[in-house]
Amino acid sequence: MPGFTLPSASLLAQSILSGIFVGALYGLLGLGLSLSWGLLKLINLAHFAFAFLAAYLCYQMASMGVDPLLTLVVIVPAFFVAGAALHWVMARFSVTPFNSLLLTFGLMGIVEAVIQAVWTADFKKLESAYSSAKFKVGFLYVPIPELITLLLSVGLSIAIWAVLRYTDLGRALRAAAEDPAIASAFGINEKKNALVLAGTCSALASVAGVCLALSFSLAPSQMYAWIGVVFAAVMLGGLGRALAPLLAGTLIGVSEAVTMAVTAPSWAPIVSFTLLILVLVLRPGRAT
Amino acid sequence: MIKRTPLVILGAGVLLAFVPRLGLPAFYDSLLYLMLHWIVLATSWNILSGYTGYFSFGHGAFFGAGIYTTTTLLARYEWPFLWTLPVAALVAALLGAALGAVVFRVKGVRGELFALLTLAVTFVIGTIVVNTPLDGGQGVSLSAVPVPAVGPTQSSTFYLLALAAATLTMLIAHAIVVSKFGAGLFAIHDDEDAAEVMGVPTYRYKLTALAISCALAGVAGGIHALFLSYVTVGDVFTITVPLTVVLMSVLGGTRHWAGPAVGAIAITGLLYSFTAADHAVAGKAMTGVILIAAILFMPDGILLRVQRLFRRGAVPADAAIARTPLAPPIAGIAAPARGLSGAAHGAELLRVRGLHKAFRGVRALAGVDVDVRRGEILGLLGPNGSGKSTFINVVSGHYLPTAGEIVFEGKDLAGHAAHRIAGAGISRTYQIPRPFGHMTVLDNVALATLFGGAVRDPDAARREAMSWLEFTGLEAKANARPEDLNLHQRKFLELARALASRPRLVLLDEVLCGLTPSEIDDAVALIRRIRDQGSTIVFVEHVMRAVMALTDRVVVFNHGELLAEGTATDVMQRPEVMTAYLGKAHA
Repeated sequence: MPGFTLPSASLLAQSILSGIFVGALYGLLGLGLSLSWGLLKLINLAHFAFAFLAAYLCYQMASMGVDPLLTLVVIVPAFFVAGAALHWVMARFSVTPFNSLLLTFGLMGIVEAVIQAVWTADFKKLESAYSSAKFKVGFLYVPIPELITLLLSVGLSIAIWAVLRYTDLGRALRAAAEDPAIASAFGINEKKNALVLAGTCSALASVAGVCLALSFSLAPSQMYAWIGVVFAAVMLGGLGRALAPLLAGTLIGVSEAVTMAVTAPSWAPIVSFTLLILVLVLRPGRAT
Repeated sequence: MIKRTPLVILGAGVLLAFVPRLGLPAFYDSLLYLMLHWIVLATSWNILSGYTGYFSFGHGAFFGAGIYTTTTLLARYEWPFLWTLPVAALVAALLGAALGAVVFRVKGVRGELFALLTLAVTFVIGTIVVNTPLDGGQGVSLSAVPVPAVGPTQSSTFYLLALAAATLTMLIAHAIVVSKFGAGLFAIHDDEDAAEVMGVPTYRYKLTALAISCALAGVAGGIHALFLSYVTVGDVFTITVPLTVVLMSVLGGTRHWAGPAVGAIAITGLLYSFTAADHAVAGKAMTGVILIAAILFMPDGILLRVQRLFRRGAVPADAAIARTPLAPPIAGIAAPARGLSGAAHGAELLRVRGLHKAFRGVRALAGVDVDVRRGEILGLLGPNGSGKSTFINVVSGHYLPTAGEIVFEGKDLAGHAAHRIAGAGISRTYQIPRPFGHMTVLDNVALATLFGGAVRDPDAARREAMSWLEFTGLEAKANARPEDLNLHQRKFLELARALASRPRLVLLDEVLCGLTPSEIDDAVALIRRIRDQGSTIVFVEHVMRAVMALTDRVVVFNHGELLAEGTATDVMQRPEVMTAYLGKAHA
């Protein structure tokens, strides 16, 4: 076991900040996952595949000289359609929650293979005007790509929260999650709403993917590395809630970053998963 | 038929042991080794997850525990390799048992939550291993460890070891499926609460299944450690191991003991043919496509699909078993329910005193005293929400009482687990029938005989169950699935299940609700016969005609308290009872 080294105050503050940034990405990745699981009862592992596919598309367009943020204009609608189409198939065969997990895992394997065939298994890093841009606040460095991620994550989480809470569509979605049959008896077009929601979830995945491309090196096998910790954030926050993944993701991100600063980077995973285990064992009712 | 399958497995194992003598290129030994390796992993995973439906994503952790146990014993303590395997099994089993002891106590952790929890455990254990001297972060090399000369060559040694492990695993998986233990596991899969109420010790069964599953994964890990000869945490404690075994089992069929093995052979062969032809990427994509197609078109797996194709033509084999022999004359079974002999009619059978049940402040039962006398039919009446069903749920052990005593035949059963209450001689029906959906009608009843009735042999239980189906008039439906029954028949199936454990006390929760008048007449006649064959009955009902016709005595609940007690005609005319049912007249 490595010894505990007490880091200096500035180093600690810097790692808390980077924890917040990575936590925002956990939250953004978790947002669509949580909505789809909580409101559609589908556990969509392909969410991670969509995010990576979007990241590679962003990388491809950026390497052809397009501003990475501008790629969102193409990527978001495309993934909305892909997500809705996937949901249409799953609804058609009335796939159970557990089988949806397996089915989307199969899809994940296909996407991984496609990415590997097109972009190879090597690490790729997007180079753009943002890549190394940063500014300094006091003694803290603030990298621009991470800041963009944080802003997008907070903005989208709040927007989704407001839609779910204040609009008719949001109320209809929540009602349909409780009981689809009753909801449609009350005149809710539950099938259409579900398609919209599923499309939104994968659109969110694609935004997360663009953020991923901005700050991380990409390799197809890396998509599996995110599953555990993002699921932890989703479960920790509770399903189908818009702000919860961001808050839980930030909590996990910060505690990981502090763990890394105090001990060694290799200890980081233990934080999120211990948190997850504690939540599941102590408060199992909350997550269902 | 029962004895034959293990012999076939054993025979296949012995025959396959001669494969290395054929002098095939070493490449085949490795392919066959990998197939057998995955057969062990997938089949062992299925023992808990396929049979009970608790899908574990933590198989990588138990497999990894086996790998690192063997690795540590070899690299650090220089044990002889074969001796490390039992230790690897033991370590993995203990790890699983410790996890299960915590997790299975938490009622809400089922389905996806269990899957995620076990996945999280994988990463936690992986993190601990990589940060301790067990691994040290760089991985451990076993290249200096000699491979024991079990076979003529090194690769054939691994093949033979895996063959032995696979044969053992298949024998265990099959033995479980045909045993009482296996019947209990399948009942847990379909409806865990109902299984517990029928007398299945669900907690102990799940824990045992998990421990067996982990031990076998540990053995596979131990062998694989030396096969790899260089182990790293990054390759072991991943999501790929659990997902691969899930994929294999789902593809082959999780409800059949041989399903995972079929899936393992198919997938390993597929992956290998792609890697061999240098198309690893295409192989990955193909696996994905196959998985998706399997889920969409064969949600029950290859093996069950094939079985169904064969059954359609021929006469169902197990129908013949059930029909031909044996159903002993109903009188033989029905005459004495156990324990009736000595005790006189009218003596106290159940004494409930001060029974309280609160749900977070809502008091469903506020201290009721009820006596049930041997041989009577006691009607339990009251408006909706008065606590009747809660009473049944508490007495049968489905809920723990908040306070009070439940004395049955002199023993206080308050706070006992439901399966022990079932074993003590109390059975119940559910208002909305809760049959085990994947079992035949006969097996549904046989399960109650096995557990509540403490019969050991599944075949004997089926024979006895058949006579209960005759008793309830369902014998023609013995091989049907519960989903093929109408409501009336499903209610009678509930009755048959409740009777099959030969209880001294039967709690009937609104068995007549939803039936037509003529069906009610049938049911009333049946309930009379249940009493006549020796069971005492507590009868929750709203159908007054039946209450009047059947009950010796009634008690009326209101707001969780005892409102009145006496004969039905007398009690129903009392003003306080009429008020409770009809409300107060405004004068």
